[in-house]
Amino acid sequence: MKFADVMELLDGEILEGVDVSEMIIDRAYAADLLSDVLALTDERTTLITGTISPQVIRVADILNVIAIIFVRGKRPPKSVVTYAQRVGIPVMCTKKTMFESCGLLYANGVRPCKNRPVSGPGSGCSK
Amino acid sequence: MLEITYSVRAGDIEHGGTASAWLKVELRKEGVSEQLARRAGVIAFEGEMNLILYATRGGTLHVAVDDAYIEIELNDDGPGIEDLDLAMTPGYSTAPYWAANLGFGAGMGLINMERNSDRFEISSHLGEGTRIVCWIDRRKDDNST
Repeated sequence: MKFADVMELLDGEILEGVDVSEMIIDRAYAADLLSDVLALTDERTTLITGTISPQVIRVADILNVIAIIFVRGKRPPKSVVTYAQRVGIPVMCTKKTMFESCGLLYANGVRPCKNRPVSGPGSGCSK
Repeated sequence: MLEITYSVRAGDIEHGGTASAWLKVELRKEGVSEQLARRAGVIAFEGEMNLILYATRGGTLHVAVDDAYIEIELNDDGPGIEDLDLAMTPGYSTAPYWAANLGFGAGMGLINMERNSDRFEISSHLGEGTRIVCWIDRRKDDNST
């Protein structure tokens, strides 16, 4: 779905001025732990998170994340938004929870990005 | 041939990841593919955050690139890792509480560095420090753009 439609669906607010309303959002990954985002995503994706530290943008930049949706009403500081703008990543915030945001997006066709969950004897889920 | 050394300060969470984000840009300028620059960026980021969160006096991130390899080396002088097997277990973390609030400390850092490397070496001695070297083989790159 288009970024503009995501904004409407999540009753969100775009936090920087670049017109990305036509950008297609078809994959997403949701996590607050940036370590997990770094370790477990395996392709370009939209990131849904409640973490608003500057490291979010640095991680997103390194991973070629295409857009970030901040949930639970979290709004990153202006310096973080400016950094996102500088590296060309559109950012949006919504008051909806991560669960609700993910549910709405999934119901509208957005799917999990390719990822590699932790697995293996003694350390991860066996199924 | 590109060779860069960054100094990383202990506890400097505000700037955490700056060197790695910059490194990725430099690698792309050097002609490294987007996919390999991503992997190198992830390794460097995890290493950089480890130096910030755990190393007593910070440390160095050294990167050398030639036609065959991207080599990423991290060095610190303490405190050292007591049990390497435990440290390499997914989910095991000794990160301070404040780091978790910033999104770190999932216990995936070292594993993630290894997963993104074609070759990974770690050595650590209590009271002396930790040295990690990661190699990415550019000749295995199937995505040269």
